[in-house]
Amino acid sequence: MSMTQQAAPAVTTPPASGPKDRDGRTTQRPLALRLLARPEVGVLLGAVAVFVFFLVSAPAVRDGASMANVLYQSSTIGIMALPVALLMIGGEFDLSAGVGVITSALTASMLSYQLSMNIWVGVIAALVLSLAIGFLNGWLLVKTGLPSFLITLGTFLILQGVNLAVTKLVTGNVATDDIGDMDGFDQAKALFASSFDVGGVTVKITVVWWLVFAALATWVLLRTRYGNWIFAVGGTKESARAVGVPVNFTKISLFMLVGFGAWFIGMHQLFSFNTVQSGEGVGQELIYIAAAVIGGCLLTGGSGSAIGPVFGAFMFGMVQQGIVYAGWNPDWFKAFLGVMLLGATLINLWVSRTATRR
Amino acid sequence: MNRTSLSRPRRSLPVVAVAAAAALTLAGCSSAHGGKKAEENAAGVSAGKATTPRMTVAMVTHAPSGDTFWDAIRKGAEAAAAKDNIKLIYSNDENAGSQANLVQNAIDQKVDGIAVTLAKPDALKASVAKAEQAGIPVVGLNAGLAVWKQQGLLSFFGQDESVSGQALGTKINGTGAKHALCVIQAQGDVNLEERCAGVKKTFSGTMDILYVNGTDMPSVKSTITAKLKQDSSIDEVVTLAAPVALTAGQAVSESGSKAKIATFDLNKDLVSAIRNGTIQFAVDQQPYLQGYLAVDALWLYKNNGNFSGGGQQPVLTGPAFVDKSNVDKVAGFAAKGTR
Repeated sequence: MSMTQQAAPAVTTPPASGPKDRDGRTTQRPLALRLLARPEVGVLLGAVAVFVFFLVSAPAVRDGASMANVLYQSSTIGIMALPVALLMIGGEFDLSAGVGVITSALTASMLSYQLSMNIWVGVIAALVLSLAIGFLNGWLLVKTGLPSFLITLGTFLILQGVNLAVTKLVTGNVATDDIGDMDGFDQAKALFASSFDVGGVTVKITVVWWLVFAALATWVLLRTRYGNWIFAVGGTKESARAVGVPVNFTKISLFMLVGFGAWFIGMHQLFSFNTVQSGEGVGQELIYIAAAVIGGCLLTGGSGSAIGPVFGAFMFGMVQQGIVYAGWNPDWFKAFLGVMLLGATLINLWVSRTATRR
Repeated sequence: MNRTSLSRPRRSLPVVAVAAAAALTLAGCSSAHGGKKAEENAAGVSAGKATTPRMTVAMVTHAPSGDTFWDAIRKGAEAAAAKDNIKLIYSNDENAGSQANLVQNAIDQKVDGIAVTLAKPDALKASVAKAEQAGIPVVGLNAGLAVWKQQGLLSFFGQDESVSGQALGTKINGTGAKHALCVIQAQGDVNLEERCAGVKKTFSGTMDILYVNGTDMPSVKSTITAKLKQDSSIDEVVTLAAPVALTAGQAVSESGSKAKIATFDLNKDLVSAIRNGTIQFAVDQQPYLQGYLAVDALWLYKNNGNFSGGGQQPVLTGPAFVDKSNVDKVAGFAAKGTR
């Protein structure tokens, strides 16, 4: 996760040329400014500011276990914020991501339970379904040319209704049955929802997955051709198509990536709580999008990073839990959250403006 | 051309899926434990069927969709409707304005009775008055204890949130709790705030309130964990919904806290948690009963002119306590989602 791996988005760098080809525009700017111009540095500073703020004002945060808890909260947002950010760099966004998580969890749970099959059958089926929903979102988008806002708003509402109606139809209740005693549950729990000790502090496995996925996404974005395609389709679709970027494939696969994220978090929820209420998940899509935006991804596409949303999600988790650790009056909870996030975003904006000004 | 070549693999997908499912079953992927097979099928509530003329009743609630508590209310209403030869039209909307529109919708359908929750009484005042002017009897349930009489409702079925909160407060005094945490899963909900206020009234120790986001369980868990870490003197967690109680159980064990858990509401997972001692007890306001009585009252009014509660007093459905001593009696009902 070190920052040294970072490079400017590949699409904005000129074609590989030796250091001798400098045209004198970038080298004259001081190193600090050049660093600040990167999309993830603003949010890094914001996250550090929020972290230090709570470290000072909430003594309980200084405990290792508290930090593990903050990281857990951040990871459940962050794992979804990653594909959501990639999709956003690709110029689209997905409103169905929040309920999609619950759809996946419900599918895995009900399929296994109702057919009395090994949990893994449900888990795999849920993965297929989640990828299919992503495919459908992407396919509708490229076929109709409608904005992703409309397409995914439609999917959001469909999934919300289907989650409730199918669950009720199948189980007779609005929540799924407890699958905690079924075959394969323990293995699945180990993969999606276990925890381990690091120096006496219990760390959730999702934190590890979050960092692994972030590293993977960073590598894909900066070192692969697919990464270039993402930046290209998010910048200008037509020019990208003109130079041979498979625009439709890239967009559809990005939506499927969000589906994968929804499946992963859905499985985490299912295997940590054993049951799922069909009405959950609504509103979470905005939190994922917020984490990506705070992390420096433009709502208009074409710019951003994978490491930015990691800090964005961390900031979200830090503020959410920090307010509790500080023991502040809970009536102000949401207001605190909003002010801190807005403040952090403004710092982010200010930093990147100062950095790019010459 | 492109389209035809695309559609072929898609058409075969269901076939492949069914074949795969069949293969998996044969290959021994079935679970030896749990699952539907293990679930016992108990007979449902049935009390014969009335031969009175068919009537139509609308139930309009402020419930969020997909919530286990409200599902029990609806099941009660459906059971009463089936018994009374009533056609039940159930609708719900969290937004008070939309809920008022749904009441108007029921008036337009010329129903024979309306059962309504008055969580935001002012927003519904006009619609309720309109129904009464149209000669449609209206009963209240769940929320609206303070206003049902002013708004001219026939009867009210529910629990006094403050009374049940106070009952819980008294009960945890007996277990020696000194510092309680009241967890509210929907900030700004009048009923929930009243419950916690009720607990505070009778509880002899100190009480804090914690707001969590009820639609996101991982965040509920980590927020409660955070609070328990921040203040290690908390020895009692009070939750207001069954799923939150179960999640609080995980938060307590993970934070290494010694806090006990008491909750409002019941469901079948909570029953096993009470059995194994993870959760001390639940205050049950018997949502099934609320739905059942509200519908049944409209039938009684139409067919026999009766007023439940005499038109003067509300009919209280709670607080009923479920703890280790009586949990076995309700377990079977909770498994069906009716208790």
